[in-house]
Amino acid sequence: MERLKAARRLIHYSSSKFLLGPRSNPTSAEHPLRLSSSGVCYWCPYIADKKGRFGGTLWDPTAGTGLGKTIRIQNRLFGSLAATIQRNPSFSTLNSDDISYFKGVLGEKNVIQDEDWLLSANTDWMRKYNGSSKLLLQPRRTEEVSRVLKYCNSRSLAVVPQGGNTGLVGGSVPVFDEVIINMASMKNVVSFDKVSGILVCEAGCILENLISFLDNQGFVMPLDLGAKGSCQIGGNVSTNAGGLRLVRYGSLHGNVLGIEVVLANGDVLDMLGTLRKDNTGYDLKHLFIGSEGSLGIITKVSILTPPKLSSVNLAFLACKDYSSCQKLLLEAKRRLGEVLSAFEFLDNQSLDLVLNHLEGVRNPLPPSMHNFYALIETTGSDESYDKEKLEAFLLRSMEGGLISDGVLAQDINQASSFWRIREGVAEALMKAGAVYKYDLSLPVEKMYNLVEEMRIRLGDSSKVIGYGHLGDGNLHLNISTPQYDDMILAQIEPFVYEWTSKHRGSISAEHGLGLMKANKIFYSKSRESVQLMASIKKLMDPNGILNPYKVLPHSLSYS
Amino acid sequence: MKIMVAVKRVVDYAVKIRVKPDKTGLETHNVKMSMNPFCEIALEEALRIKESGLALEVVAVSMGPAQCVDTLRTGLAMGADRGIHVEATGALYPLSVAKLLKALVEVENPGLLILGKQAIDDDCNQTGQMVAGLLGWPQGTFASKVVLDKENQVATVDREVDGGLETLSLDLPAVITTDLRLNQPRYATLPNIMKAKSKVIKKLTPQELKVEIRSDLEVVQVTEPPKRKAGVIVSSVDELIDKLKNEAHVI
Repeated sequence: MERLKAARRLIHYSSSKFLLGPRSNPTSAEHPLRLSSSGVCYWCPYIADKKGRFGGTLWDPTAGTGLGKTIRIQNRLFGSLAATIQRNPSFSTLNSDDISYFKGVLGEKNVIQDEDWLLSANTDWMRKYNGSSKLLLQPRRTEEVSRVLKYCNSRSLAVVPQGGNTGLVGGSVPVFDEVIINMASMKNVVSFDKVSGILVCEAGCILENLISFLDNQGFVMPLDLGAKGSCQIGGNVSTNAGGLRLVRYGSLHGNVLGIEVVLANGDVLDMLGTLRKDNTGYDLKHLFIGSEGSLGIITKVSILTPPKLSSVNLAFLACKDYSSCQKLLLEAKRRLGEVLSAFEFLDNQSLDLVLNHLEGVRNPLPPSMHNFYALIETTGSDESYDKEKLEAFLLRSMEGGLISDGVLAQDINQASSFWRIREGVAEALMKAGAVYKYDLSLPVEKMYNLVEEMRIRLGDSSKVIGYGHLGDGNLHLNISTPQYDDMILAQIEPFVYEWTSKHRGSISAEHGLGLMKANKIFYSKSRESVQLMASIKKLMDPNGILNPYKVLPHSLSYS
Repeated sequence: MKIMVAVKRVVDYAVKIRVKPDKTGLETHNVKMSMNPFCEIALEEALRIKESGLALEVVAVSMGPAQCVDTLRTGLAMGADRGIHVEATGALYPLSVAKLLKALVEVENPGLLILGKQAIDDDCNQTGQMVAGLLGWPQGTFASKVVLDKENQVATVDREVDGGLETLSLDLPAVITTDLRLNQPRYATLPNIMKAKSKVIKKLTPQELKVEIRSDLEVVQVTEPPKRKAGVIVSSVDELIDKLKNEAHVI
């Protein structure tokens, strides 16, 4: 089975200070995985070729396809969270009758019990969370999803809807032995209207494949993220993914016109409208967008795609301090106005990390390292007009002292290499060791203060880096340490959440709550609103089988 | 010493190219155009030679329609001192370009003419060799390393050839065409972009250079290569031999 090869990981033991030793049990902490030389892989069952990077196997974003040398990686259950959750006793355990039933509905091939495959499906991208599911299902049609869920509901079998498994808060992998319902087989484009740009596709379509498809038609997806090679649109919608172009195209709540979703009891809700305006009744799709699979499994999405504009310009800039970055953002919004399509920032330490851990990446502004870097992208329809506008803006900002240096990409390859730097920070962090990742929405003026305070708080024990979607007021705060350490964690949490709450920010701007922040919602939402959320969950999923232990606080979900 | 670098405006390397429905050529309308990657490398090499003190001036030249000026501007933003645009509409094949370059060389008298080894739109790999022939200059093509000896007026060029690397010693003035591994071109920095605005781009026509653009070549048709068919798994050696003999006709 080529899919098996795609997810092939050999488990072997070796000595290293990170590991427990030869007798360690594979379901516990460490399992050294044989990965690509970059240490990070995206599992791509779909073969696509844009630059020959995919091969239907483990995709190594830095070194092409194929597996390289063994990397020993630290893989401990994150913090002490999982240790404190108990498996909900009201959930049943799988038995052979269940397996036979699923085989009857889906066919033998799509009922997976293979250990290697399950191992990768049970582990999240950050390798922080490990489930122990014994079963992975791959439905091919909405009807199959419906029958599976109906059965699981009647048997009280907990399930985890899974897409590309690129989530960063442990929301896409089982906590215990929940059945994994993987959407990868539902990867067809249902229809595309060339006039309106409305795309209807199944939930398992990989984002990058949709981008390629639309490219041929002269359109683009309204969202773009570093994980595009693996993430699926169903997952993007379920988590209300943000990404790099939110500042231009807005959030998925605005771009998704309709969804088809299967509820916990197997009922199929066809809300797959393709209408731009439809004010008839409560707009239920918004409940599902961002619900992280806890209210239903999205099977199809209808999304409005903007036309592809030909003129794209990208500038990589250096600023001497954070307040310059801020002022640059304000100026950009004013002067570049309608052509601004992305505004990202990263600090010195982020660039340093990327240059040290990723291959084929070079500093666009050698030889010195500046304090802050900004990436400004414009997208418009007139090449010379946009370029002139951008150049004028940049030169003016330079004269005004907002930018200390910068480069303008002269062709698409140069632009890709600049984006590689920004999109590669998460990957570089994974290679650098253990990472504590926080995704916060904060007022732009205050954003970097948090990074500096964390730096002082943690001292030399760890590297604190800040980068993110400055245009949206979204900070990705990351703390890189050689290994996971509860003492360091205690210094970070709850300080980070309290600080964010104090400034009325969001403790999860775009990553969602998943397992990691399931009990943290009160830092950003009031008791009353969370109570209502719990009521809705109870109404729609009375047995609580959909993605349990996640999103809402455990104290509310168990009743 | 002056260095002249020829740069070409081509469809951007990363763009998915399409053939025009009438099969006369590639779709270039509304498609991103950039400097040919090998020309970028050529310009980068010229700039490095200048920065090492072995040359005084780098002149970028480009031939073609009015939009070539954009490509020259990129060259100036990278650091070239001035640009020359030979305005010519219609198709320009390598021999015509070579003749124009010869005429420009006779005007400018550079010590070194550097070009990319080939353009990514036509993959001809002819212009450098032709212009060297017309000028009677030595040529070092597919250069992966260039070392200049100003005193002896000699350039030592490592060439990437099928068998490996070949090292040639060329008396200047010479023609060099650049290969991928020669260097990594620099980005256009904002200060350089600012400076480039005041640099001069001179416009010339083939008539002024007394070159007649005519070609004995005519493009009859441009088509896409046949789509790759899926592979077939054979069940036995006999079947393999049968397929190789009767379907692929290779044995």
